Amino acid sequence: MSTSANDVLPLRNEHDIVLARQQVRRLSQELGFSLVDQTKMVTAASELARNAVIYGKGGVLRSETLTDGVRRGLRLHFIDEGPGIPDLTRAMTDGWTSGKGLGLGLSGARRLVNDFDIETAVGRGTRVTVTRWK
Amino acid sequence: MDRIPILRMGEFLLVTIQVDMHDQLALTLQDDLTAAIQRLGAKGVLIDISALEMVDSFIGRMIANLSRMSRILDAHTVVVGMRPAVAITLVELGLSLAGVETALDVERGMRRLRASVGESGASIVDLGE
Repeated sequence: MSTSANDVLPLRNEHDIVLARQQVRRLSQELGFSLVDQTKMVTAASELARNAVIYGKGGVLRSETLTDGVRRGLRLHFIDEGPGIPDLTRAMTDGWTSGKGLGLGLSGARRLVNDFDIETAVGRGTRVTVTRWK
Repeated sequence: MDRIPILRMGEFLLVTIQVDMHDQLALTLQDDLTAAIQRLGAKGVLIDISALEMVDSFIGRMIANLSRMSRILDAHTVVVGMRPAVAITLVELGLSLAGVETALDVERGMRRLRASVGESGASIVDLGE
């Protein structure tokens, strides 16, 4: 499998969340994703970018386009150096929120992608990686 | 500051969301719309989201809140024009927009609002003027 790295986008404020959505839209269009798949990936990116901004106190989005034989995909890394998530199981549960949200960010984003991976360490930060294949 | 325009059509208000909203813009709309309902005694609100290419949990919650707030202020809200890809994504995300009344397009939405108050709206007035 080969990957090609794209730009790194800062996630500092709510305007960056809009920019993240636009970047993911453009990349999924370039990969020829269907409209529904584009919408799912953009929505997942919006949830995860907001998490990085609000809970992670800011971070970055790194995007990669993947080629695996004839398959092509888009992988997004949301990386922050915030407080981390003390109870990951609870954070992945629908409806649980530590803030003012609906608690659908992580669990909802996971349902919108093919692969979902999260690493977190208290006091060091959180990295969420999602992949969607065409 | 950016604002989403609210148009008056007789006793109804029309909101067309045409931009990719950042979070503060969505919150400002809640304030502006509830203020306009109260000031004008509006009986119905039509929210057109046909230009929205995605609705995440934040924007979805904003739409559901607008609908609830309007109801408490005695105005009926209909959300129109949701794209099919957005509807599919919202349901998979886990957001069903329970309690939000929807219609396929503006015309059907207006018909619904008129039926709910028993009469029709008149000329369009831009409240931004």
